[in-house]
Amino acid sequence: MIYFQIAANGLVLGGLYACIAVGFSLVWGVLNVINILHGSFIVLGSYVAYFAYVHLGIHPFISIVIAGAVLYALGYVLQAGIINRVVMAPVLITLTLTFGLDLILNNAMLVAFTADYQAVNLAHPLGTFHVGPVYLPGDRVAAMVLALLLTVLLYRLLRDSRIGRAIIAVRMDREAAALMGVDVRRINAVTFAIGAFMAGAAGALLSIIFPISPLNGPLFLGKAFVVCVLGGLGSVPGAMLGGLVLGVIESFSSYWFGPERAVTLSFALLLLLLFVRPSGLLGRRGYE
Amino acid sequence: MKNWITLVVLAVLLAVLPFVSSNYVLRLATTVCMYAVMAQSWNFIGGLAGYPSFATAAFFGFGAYTSAILQNHGAPVMLAWGCAGLAAMAFAAFIGGAILHLRGHYFAIASLIVAEMLREIVNSMPDFTGGGKGLNLPILRISPTAEAQFFFYAMLGLAIVCTAVAIVVHHNKLGFGLRCIQQNEDASNILGVNAYAYKTAAFALSAVFVGVAGAIYASWVKYIEPPDVFDVLIAIKPMVMVLLGGLGTIFGPALGALILLAFEEVVWRNFLTIHAAALGFIIVLLVLFLPNGVASLWREWLARKEPAR
Repeated sequence: MIYFQIAANGLVLGGLYACIAVGFSLVWGVLNVINILHGSFIVLGSYVAYFAYVHLGIHPFISIVIAGAVLYALGYVLQAGIINRVVMAPVLITLTLTFGLDLILNNAMLVAFTADYQAVNLAHPLGTFHVGPVYLPGDRVAAMVLALLLTVLLYRLLRDSRIGRAIIAVRMDREAAALMGVDVRRINAVTFAIGAFMAGAAGALLSIIFPISPLNGPLFLGKAFVVCVLGGLGSVPGAMLGGLVLGVIESFSSYWFGPERAVTLSFALLLLLLFVRPSGLLGRRGYE
Repeated sequence: MKNWITLVVLAVLLAVLPFVSSNYVLRLATTVCMYAVMAQSWNFIGGLAGYPSFATAAFFGFGAYTSAILQNHGAPVMLAWGCAGLAAMAFAAFIGGAILHLRGHYFAIASLIVAEMLREIVNSMPDFTGGGKGLNLPILRISPTAEAQFFFYAMLGLAIVCTAVAIVVHHNKLGFGLRCIQQNEDASNILGVNAYAYKTAAFALSAVFVGVAGAIYASWVKYIEPPDVFDVLIAIKPMVMVLLGGLGTIFGPALGALILLAFEEVVWRNFLTIHAAALGFIIVLLVLFLPNGVASLWREWLARKEPAR
């Protein structure tokens, strides 16, 4: 029955992966920009939640809103002020630009917060409960539920709101959207800011699970890559599916081959997928 | 022809450097040559074919480890370096066959992951590669000055060969085909350019000299470990250098290497804790304001001067 436990652990992890990746996927799909900053955004969100908890006693689950808002503002400024200038340039240019920005942000965090690992130790943890033979840590499950909830909210936002429809329109055809009266530059900035919001929210959720350090940025970025390619580009359901699949795969591969092989395996899987199905598991370009 | 003369003049000027400068300057010059090799190599795939390759770090580390392992099994230095280059080239041809059908972002990610995979593989085979503990290399039993000169001439020779190959490629069918691929791959395929073969050739070319550079670097620093030789910055710096010097040009990469190293040296000396941010800052400024490289300033200045005459 150990397999039920491993699958459950994988799903809990996978829900968080989905939340990590969905903002990254949105920015990639709509702006055609690979946002190397995403990993550092998540770490920054974790720090916001950490300081809010340590100094103000605000529970990280409530800090989702604070971390999200801080990152939304940062993302909006970065996109409107800097990235919009070259958003139509070739891949090399946008990729190099976000890499440069990431070097700055990550270095700033290293100087401000040091590389020491911080952790949020909750005063009132939810404890563990069990369903049949499967033991579940309460806080992690709550974080995963919130992560999936946020992902669903983003999906509804894209489907039902005016701004969401405008984002999808820009994604489908930039020129046509501009001709229909969509302010493409503003939509670019809002999309990037929403991506940053999701990163900040994911960071706040992760703060109760993973140690917090600027050094973790590339790790989260790697997860976002893998989930994105697994699920297909720019699609919210794809990111959700990709996240859950990656979580389960990592969980089982650490059980079978040892945790140190899990990263290698997920990268090997990614290379294989890029080789056979670059459009992702769902196999179509996702328009919400 | 002009390019060949420039190359010969530069080579002669640099060859006398050891007789007129200190070991410190020589060390910097060796690094410039190494950077120039990396930038020039990346230019084959990134500048000519327009494929944003992040695989430079993979080739560098592959060459460094190949040479280190061969030398620890008793191979002579030069032979190990040569084998490292050939091994990196074969590896690139193999990997290129798998990932070169991807384009744009997908290719960028796939090439980025190659180095991560190699790093993990090296880490997971401690008996063969030393794992996370790294590998020591045999020490050359010569004086420090002689050693500095030896490695300087090795890197300089490599940079000259690499630039010579670049000049040949820029003017032959391969270079022409790669530029066609950069402009429109589908069209060039229809017009009879075997895009797949050309891209693979460019990818292999972008690996061979980097592999040798990695091997020389390993012998030079005498100790390698995975985070050092598979560092993602090794993949990023060549792009920055080529962007600095000018995309798809012959001497642009070398110029970019010189500028980047000078900048790095100033930052490392004065602001150690923020050196990454400083590099990031220069990247952002470069991309926003000088996407055609420093050399474009010169050309613009010439163009502005022209009508006045």
